[in-house]
Parts: sequence; C-alpha cells; structure tokens
Amino acid sequence: MPMSMNERPLSPHLQIYKLELPMVLSGLHRISGIALSVGSILLVAWILSAVHSAEAFAGMNSFLRSYVGQFVLFGWTFSLIHHSVNGVRHLIWDTGRLLEVDQINSSSKIVLAIVIVLTLLAWILAGGFPGGGA
Amino acid sequence: MKYRNPLSIARGLGSSKDGLGHWWMQRLTAIALVPLVFWFALSIIALAGQDRAHVLTWMQSPFHGVVLSLFLVTSLYHANLGLQAVFEDYIQARWLQLSSRITAGFAAVFLGFTGVFALLRLVFGG
Ligand code: HEM
Repeated sequence: MPMSMNERPLSPHLQIYKLELPMVLSGLHRISGIALSVGSILLVAWILSAVHSAEAFAGMNSFLRSYVGQFVLFGWTFSLIHHSVNGVRHLIWDTGRLLEVDQINSSSKIVLAIVIVLTLLAWILAGGFPGGGA
Repeated sequence: MKYRNPLSIARGLGSSKDGLGHWWMQRLTAIALVPLVFWFALSIIALAGQDRAHVLTWMQSPFHGVVLSLFLVTSLYHANLGLQAVFEDYIQARWLQLSSRITAGFAAVFLGFTGVFALLRLVFGG
C-alpha cells in the first residue's frame, strides 16, 4: 500500500469543512448503528440470563443497575432512538424526498428534537437512574 | 474481461460485486425494524424493574416470544449488513477487511441462534 493511502484524511474532512448539525447526525447514525450492533450481545445475554436461572437474572440486573450498567443502558437507549428516528429519515431520502439543503437542515433539527424528547421520555418511563447507579 | 460486451466496457458501469442486493436488504430490514423497534421500546419500558417470573411469562407468550425472535434476527441481519459497509469504508488491508467481515458474520449468526434457541427451550422445555 503506498504511503499516501495512509495519510489521507478520513471523511468527514473536518480540516476542510466546518461541522454542521446534519454532519453530526450523519456521523451519529453510523456510531449508533455500531453501538447497537455491540448492544445485541447485551440483549442476548439478558435473554439467556432470564431463561437460565434466578441467580443469573439477578446478576444481570445488578450489573444493569450499577453505574457502568446505567451508562451502557442510557447509551443504548439514545442509540436505539437516534438510529431509528434518523433511519426513518434515511428511508425517506431513499425515495428522493427531502433532499434539498434547506430541507436537510430543518429535518436535522426536527430529528434532534424528537430524539431528545423520546430518549428522556423512555428513560423516565423505564425508571432509569434513581435507585439505579449504586 | 474477455467475456464482456465491449459496449458494457465503454459504458463503464461495472458490477460493484453484490452492491444492489446488499443495499436493498439493508433497506428492507430497516423498514421491518420500524414497527419492531417500536414494539421493543414499549416492551422494555413495561418490563423494566419487573421480576423474573414476569419477564419469563412475557417471553413465553406466543406473540411476544415470536416478535422478540423476529426483532433479534432482523436486527442482527441488518446490523451485519451495516457493519460490512463500515468495514469496507475504514479497513483497507484486504485480509483484515475479510477477517473482520467474517468475524462479524459469525458473531451475528451465533447470537441469533443462541437467543432463539434459548427462547424455544423456554417454551418447549428441556
Ligand atoms: C427502526 C429501526 C432502524 C432503522 C429505520 C434503520 C435504518 C438504517 C438505514 C437506512 C441504514 C443505512 C444508512 C446508510 O446507508 O448510510 C442503517 C445502517 C445501519 N444500521 Fe440501522 N436501522 C434501524 C435499526 C438498527 C438496529 C436495531 C441496529 C443494530 C442492532 C442497526 C445497525 C445498523 C448499522 C451497524 C448500520 C451501518 C451504519 C453505516 O453504514 O453508517 N440498525 N440503518
């Protein structure tokens, strides 16, 4: 591999373009997709722990209630909601709609607002943090 | 190149390997995931803080057991397709790209089978 291949900056070219909301959301789509993929391990571990035994399930729950567990769960909640809401926008784009620059800017703000509201709502409804994080 | 029609070479629109099928399955699984994620989020909210007996009853119910399996398999399939694209973008060394893709594929199949097997065992005993 020629040296120049290694030295090329990776997209998004932050030394060239200034960071805008649509770029951030696009980057987050990929990051949240990767986080969710890794999170599938947790989902399967949770299913197995419940099926396996009361001890395993209790162990899983005490991990999920720990500081690390709550951090992981919050990241997962955010990732799932961000990736799903933004993913629906991707599907709309694929039909050729909402592709004008101003539409992308305004839909980015709408996506961000929906994601923040739904993430907090889901977190509160599921009773995260208080009582947890011990 | 010997077997290609010169016209197709002139047009320059070669195959990008399995690009279209990959792109299409990524979208198809994404569409299927919209209702599945919605159901999953509501279920997790309802299950949070419940005891094991409650969780097991939920997993054993024909509807939720089947939909949970569908969610697991669909999201693993979709995640695997997505990760393949991510590896293609960031990993240049051919051998490393191939081994990452194979590892991710095996992991997805392993997780899917393990999860669904556990749910089947729960329902059918053994
Ligand atoms: C409502 C649910 C979901 C929707 C609508 C959705 C939609 C999408 C779409 C449209 C893409 C392609 C993006 C592109 O071409 O740039 C994508 C990529 C991806 N998705 Fe999802 N997805 C959903 C759920 C999930 C879940 C549950 C996982 C993981 C378990 C996941 C993991 C990924 C990954 C790893 C990628 C590749 C990221 C990339 O190429 O940047 N997705 N998703």
